[in-house]
Amino acid sequence: MTFDWRFAWEILPELLRALVVTLQATGLGMALALALGLVWAVLRRSRRRLVALPATGLVEFVRSTPLLVQIYFLFYVAPSLGLSASPLVSGVFALGLHYSAYTAEVYRAGIEGVPKGQWEAAIALNLGRWRTWRAIVLPQAIPPVIPALGNYLVAMFKDTPMLAAITVLELLQTAKLIGAETFRYLEPLTLVGAIFLAVSLLAVRLVRRLETLSERPA
Amino acid sequence: MELPAPADLLPPLLGGVWVTVRLTVGGAALAAVAALAGGLGRVADNAAVRAAATAYVEVFRGTSALVQLFWFYFALPLLGVELGAMTAGILVLGLNTGSYGAEVVRGAIRAVPRGQYEAAAALSFSRRQTMWRVVLPQAALAMVPPLGNLLIELLKNTALVSMITLHDLTFRAQLLRSETLRTVEIFGLVLVLYFLLAQALALGTRGLERRLALGRDYGGLR
Repeated sequence: MTFDWRFAWEILPELLRALVVTLQATGLGMALALALGLVWAVLRRSRRRLVALPATGLVEFVRSTPLLVQIYFLFYVAPSLGLSASPLVSGVFALGLHYSAYTAEVYRAGIEGVPKGQWEAAIALNLGRWRTWRAIVLPQAIPPVIPALGNYLVAMFKDTPMLAAITVLELLQTAKLIGAETFRYLEPLTLVGAIFLAVSLLAVRLVRRLETLSERPA
Repeated sequence: MELPAPADLLPPLLGGVWVTVRLTVGGAALAAVAALAGGLGRVADNAAVRAAATAYVEVFRGTSALVQLFWFYFALPLLGVELGAMTAGILVLGLNTGSYGAEVVRGAIRAVPRGQYEAAAALSFSRRQTMWRVVLPQAALAMVPPLGNLLIELLKNTALVSMITLHDLTFRAQLLRSETLRTVEIFGLVLVLYFLLAQALALGTRGLERRLALGRDYGGLR
């Protein structure tokens, strides 16, 4: 069997439609990861150990267990908690939760990079905790770590095929279905690989550009 | 003897742990070779070698691990290369992790100060001697922490092979779930087992780092 270019051309539109689902899952998952990760990073800095320790434990646990198992866990457990979530919603939630453990570490590095004097100045100006975080620390902590966050966006994009395990019709699942219908796996799977390669090379290039932008002094 | 819940679920899962461990060890061995070859290839003098190493790194880092697994298991047989699930699993896990490892190796080699190359040249070391006796021993220490992280990523990625029907920990969990429907207990237990495996790897990495750092207080790498 050799690679059939005509067949590949025929199935390309269907795969590109599936790419939209993949990109949606990535976008939503990343939004969740950015928000949750910030929450973990701030909680870990809490002076109350009862707050900081569970946050640290959660990040450590989520980061060292497989995303695929977390996807299954959320997908199967959600209904028993009375939440009826579609596969896509549970999948996005799992992606967001998993990557929030990574973004939390990135934020932490950014927060630790803010000079101590900034905190002291905030105290001297009698700013509350909320205002110190929102107006002083985070605006200085986040911009330098944006490229690192971008790298995790690309990594998450490459992990979305795992959603095929819970029947989300993203790229890989679509390719599998085409393969099952036509008994041709070579073309759909090769195309999916090529699409992933093209999009992630493009994304990496954009992240590099972010890097040069963020290195430039404001 | 009947164990109290949820420990009664452990015996059927432990066979899966063994498959997961074998995949991790096999994948790590292949990844180590691929990372070293890829990393050295990326800094080679020969342009063809550099291009081949770059192509390897970009293709395996740029396409998703699960897509690679499916390609090797479902598409490659159509080109006449039949692989068993275990072989395909180890091959993909090793090559995928190796492509990330190659960048670690390259970065660590480039971090070795120029003076070290010049000193080796002054002592009229050959290129091979310079690399193996001067550069790599110093670069090794800088490689350990990031390679340790990659090892944990590899362990986590072994779960993917459950999708090509290999009976690893995740696959057994699925089987057990369909038999007993004790979903929360099973997947909770499986997550804890993976967590313990990851902690063991992290502990080993830290031990290795301490050993390699013994007696070193120079080198510009730390």
